[in-house]
Amino acid sequence: MSSQALAIAAPARPARRWGGTWTIGLVGAAVIVSWSAIAVLAPRLAPHSPRQVDVMARLKAPSAEHPFGTDSLGRDVLSRVLVGARVSLPAGVVVVLLAAAFGTVYGGVAAYAGRTMEEVQMRVTDLFLSFPPLLLAMAIAAGLGKGVLNTIVAMAIVWWPKYARLARSLVLVQRSLEYVEAARALGQGAGRTLLRHIVPNAIGPVVALLALDVGNAMITFAGLSFLGLGVVPPTPEWGAMVSEGQVLIDQWWVSTFPGLAIFTVVVGFNFLGDALRDWLDPRGTRG
Amino acid sequence: MGFRYVLLRVAASAAMAVAATLVVFLVAHTVPADPVLAQLGDKQSSNPETVARFRARWGLDRPLYQQYGIFLARLARGDLGESIASHRPVVDDIRQYVPATIELATAAGLLTILVGVPLGVVAAVRRDGFVDHLARLLCLIGVSAPTFWLAFIMLALFYGGLEIAPSPGRLDVGAGAPPHVTGMFVVDGILASDWKTVRSALAHLVLPAVVLATATIGIVTRTTRAAMLETLGQDYVRTARAKGVTERGVVRRHAFPNALLPILTLAGLAYAELLAGTVLTETIFSWPGLGRYIYQSALAIDFPAIMGVTFLVALMYLAINLVVDVAYLFADPRVAR
Repeated sequence: MSSQALAIAAPARPARRWGGTWTIGLVGAAVIVSWSAIAVLAPRLAPHSPRQVDVMARLKAPSAEHPFGTDSLGRDVLSRVLVGARVSLPAGVVVVLLAAAFGTVYGGVAAYAGRTMEEVQMRVTDLFLSFPPLLLAMAIAAGLGKGVLNTIVAMAIVWWPKYARLARSLVLVQRSLEYVEAARALGQGAGRTLLRHIVPNAIGPVVALLALDVGNAMITFAGLSFLGLGVVPPTPEWGAMVSEGQVLIDQWWVSTFPGLAIFTVVVGFNFLGDALRDWLDPRGTRG
Repeated sequence: MGFRYVLLRVAASAAMAVAATLVVFLVAHTVPADPVLAQLGDKQSSNPETVARFRARWGLDRPLYQQYGIFLARLARGDLGESIASHRPVVDDIRQYVPATIELATAAGLLTILVGVPLGVVAAVRRDGFVDHLARLLCLIGVSAPTFWLAFIMLALFYGGLEIAPSPGRLDVGAGAPPHVTGMFVVDGILASDWKTVRSALAHLVLPAVVLATATIGIVTRTTRAAMLETLGQDYVRTARAKGVTERGVVRRHAFPNALLPILTLAGLAYAELLAGTVLTETIFSWPGLGRYIYQSALAIDFPAIMGVTFLVALMYLAINLVVDVAYLFADPRVAR
């Protein structure tokens, strides 16, 4: 607590100039909004059909006709990148939402149940956390077979434990606080206390983690696709597109642009998440 | 007291590693994919006799609990079974692929610590200064770049474009590996005093190690910065300053040693992350390591190989956590209670 007292006594920090939390958060939000718009409008924005094969025009360098060039089947890379947003963007979001929903409930229940139930539940989470997520997701995805939905399921299976841990620790901290004790003393039931008092107060860190995690999930999803475990081939998906061009070092545009798309979206989510964490962290030691 | 604590942690980790194989076993056997189809192909798997023989040969016709029992009994003898794809003992396969991965992950780990920790310390000491902002930006960009794409860009730029980096792989084409001692070419080369090989092996390590380290450098920098900010705000730092300790002395003797604990945890986790991250990096850089082996086993639905490698990876993951926990003991004896 001494550090808090110090922080109050210390003079206010000078306002951040460029590169500060506000700038980073706004840039992140702008990038995410732009890509979401692209995903919605992709069929209208794309200059060519993303599946239109043209063997005569294969591996053409970027030009006015094909700003991002063409791939080994003569398909327009720009169009494929734009339409690809419709797969990669929702996939990352859905994985995180599924995992967060399940994990939070699981961890919350564990913390609230306590005793043997909690012990067993947390050992199960530990088991899942004893593997690198990509490897376990890979094994499951390989078994389930290709397809966007299967890959999302495989990822959600390995993705929830960190939310379970976070939710549990947050509830444990919250439960011992005075206002929770007060609510219970006033005769409020456990479920109501959880929903009305604990959840609203514990949700901040979870929200920041969500934003950072969507970026993380998108990279992993693209990685699985890159390894050939994600989408079924003609579907334009960024990870799969990078994979198709990975041996074409001289035709750099085939892999570079879809990768750049992943990179920019993930930067957007990471910027936003980082700024959110800064705002939601009252002690300001992170950030 | 410390010894008993370590012993307890070792036992718990070993138990977790075995339990982890149960998770993989259940996952591998509940998924719809069939190793018969993956191994024999469409034509042969339409012949029921061939399929039955294949199932009996690999013990796939037994009930699940028996299959897992056989796995455990073998494991107790240090035998991980035979790979369906390579027809070699899984232990031999792993022994062949592990050194390349450890070499790569260690190089990336060293790079991470050498860059990440100093950068994090400077960012915290000069908070809101130029270095702090730059570090924040670089870290966010580092964790946002997909490994496989970064690897491609690096190869296209330094190997394809500028032609200053060597080709993918561990050594130049045609160069022989140094006499086998550890399987890590840099170490073996030094042991054999074969400096040409050492130089070549190091040159081939640079790009994959940089790619692999990019994300972890960001994470380690941020954690170091946060931990340093925490300790720099403590009473003992104020006391030290009041005593007239120089700023350099405050950072070196007071703030940094106390910030080591979270940095240590993260360095351990980052190393484990590096070992796992090799799946993608190894694929692009044609690095004959464990990552590629795992990937191939997963595609072939090679149960014994998947089980064996996962057990090993879980063991490494847990061992790293164990080392971190034990390192805590030295950094902060209060941990053992």
